[in-house]
Amino acid sequence: MIAQLSLVAVTVTATWYLLLAAMLFAIGVVGVMVRRNPLILFMCIELMLNAVNLTFVALARKIGDVGGQSTVFFVMVVAAAEVVVGLGIIVAILRRKPNATTDDLAGLKG
Amino acid sequence: MELFVFIVAGAMVLGGAAGVVLRSHPVHAALSLVLTLFGVAVLFVAQEANFLAAVQVIVYAGAIVVLFLFVIMLLGVDKADDLQVEPFKIQRPAAVAVGAGLLSMLALAILVARDARTPSVTPSTAVAAALDGSHDSNVRAIARDVFSDHVLAFELTSVLLVIAVVATVMLARKPRKGDTA
Repeated sequence: MIAQLSLVAVTVTATWYLLLAAMLFAIGVVGVMVRRNPLILFMCIELMLNAVNLTFVALARKIGDVGGQSTVFFVMVVAAAEVVVGLGIIVAILRRKPNATTDDLAGLKG
Repeated sequence: MELFVFIVAGAMVLGGAAGVVLRSHPVHAALSLVLTLFGVAVLFVAQEANFLAAVQVIVYAGAIVVLFLFVIMLLGVDKADDLQVEPFKIQRPAAVAVGAGLLSMLALAILVARDARTPSVTPSTAVAAALDGSHDSNVRAIARDVFSDHVLAFELTSVLLVIAVVATVMLARKPRKGDTA
């Protein structure tokens, strides 16, 4: 009972959300540097975008301005467009070279 | 109450993210990504960003992950990667070191800035009125902000989407015989 009361008393501040977002961003960075499958690299970029969105929302609530939330809205639209174009490029590459890894993409520099 | 939501959703987010990085099979990685995206949506709800939570589920989990799975299935690249292959011996330790360094710098900055004075932003009166209003005020506040202050950016977004669609069609179609490119 006492433990429950003390847990309820803890308030989750914006700092907690910011730390969680930092962890998520760091995991995404490590994934981009470690993995070699282009599709999974793309998923790790999505992880980093989500970490930044979480930061925007946490600070929007802390400051009390809804502008951060509308920024997240635009980030989501741009992320959707980015995924569409990026997957189009990946489809074109993988159709030409099945099972290409990032090492095989050196040919992209022309 | 918010503490429990934060812990559960945070575990979902971090577990899913670790799954994306560590699972060798692309389909498993995509499903771990769904877990992370749902966790972020729950955290949005916990911070009273209801509209963004709905958009997160619809756009990210609904559209983007389905697109990923579609590409994985369509191209038949759903074979597990061999995670033992490591072209550069130093790559993984270096990547983990860079990630840990980045995380510690970010955490330090966040903790230093925690006690800083909140900047005195004065929200526009309509937004301020909507923020302390009723339950559906979140959608209304975002709509006021997007369609008044950021209406030019909103219109440019539609242009961006059209460009993306046209570019993808150009990229994905097979070249015909007469084409020079």
